[in-house]
Amino acid sequence: MTVTKVHKDPEKLTMTMTVELDATIERAWQLWADPRQLERWWGPPTYPSTFVDHDLTPGAETIYYMTSPEGEKFHGWWEAVAVDPPRRLELIDGFGDDTGKRNDDMPTGRMVVTLDERDGRTVMEITSHFPSLDAMNQLLEMGQEEGMVQALGQIEAILAGSAPS
Amino acid sequence: MGIYNPMVVDSLTDERINRVFHALADATRRDIVVRTLKSEHSVSALARRYPMSFAAVQKHVAVLEEAGLVTKQRKGREQIVRGDVGTIRRANKLLDELAGVWRDRVERMGEILADDLTGGTR
Repeated sequence: MTVTKVHKDPEKLTMTMTVELDATIERAWQLWADPRQLERWWGPPTYPSTFVDHDLTPGAETIYYMTSPEGEKFHGWWEAVAVDPPRRLELIDGFGDDTGKRNDDMPTGRMVVTLDERDGRTVMEITSHFPSLDAMNQLLEMGQEEGMVQALGQIEAILAGSAPS
Repeated sequence: MGIYNPMVVDSLTDERINRVFHALADATRRDIVVRTLKSEHSVSALARRYPMSFAAVQKHVAVLEEAGLVTKQRKGREQIVRGDVGTIRRANKLLDELAGVWRDRVERMGEILADDLTGGTR
């Protein structure tokens, strides 16, 4: 697995990451299509995600939450916009309220994932697009917390004498 | 997804960030920022560089000033414009952080795929 390119475009409010995965395109698609696999990568180990509903049919909603180390739940949802397995996935991604219901007062982002198999390896391109900076800023606030929490987890692991993998 | 971080006291407010990106979405304004970061320029000196009126350049400078990307100071009859590198650095930092979130996610994807080969399930 290698991140081959990161492209940031502050004018279009997009970030595109290109990744080469050591897997066939069908296998790589499962990272998104199988909720049990999604749960292993969407949230950091210290903020694990749980996908309650998962449906990548266009128009269908996927519901998930992330659990803080204190046990607090933070809800989010996706809406599949366009899906072409195993090559392309377009999602709207937003926040839920405390009960897990879609919170329409909060901004949403859009993700486009494309996959392309080359010699048994898969090139995956993930584009995060934000309609406004409100949306981006909120996602980033989460990112900062994730990063901080994860860093703390690593320190704990080091103190416990076992460096995380 | 909505995890707010009250600890981020230094972060730009949403409204301010919108202003920063709006300000940078224009080629002339970006050019003004780049020039004034290198050295201070008067508004009239800037106006001579672009095929537009003094008033139009002044308006661009006002947008940049509102976004906190440049500062404007009166010096005699001239208005002196200076680039403010702090704001730009912070705006860039936001995009870097987003990339960081995805780097971590992609790393975890790689771990899942590596488990396929070793047969591990964790």
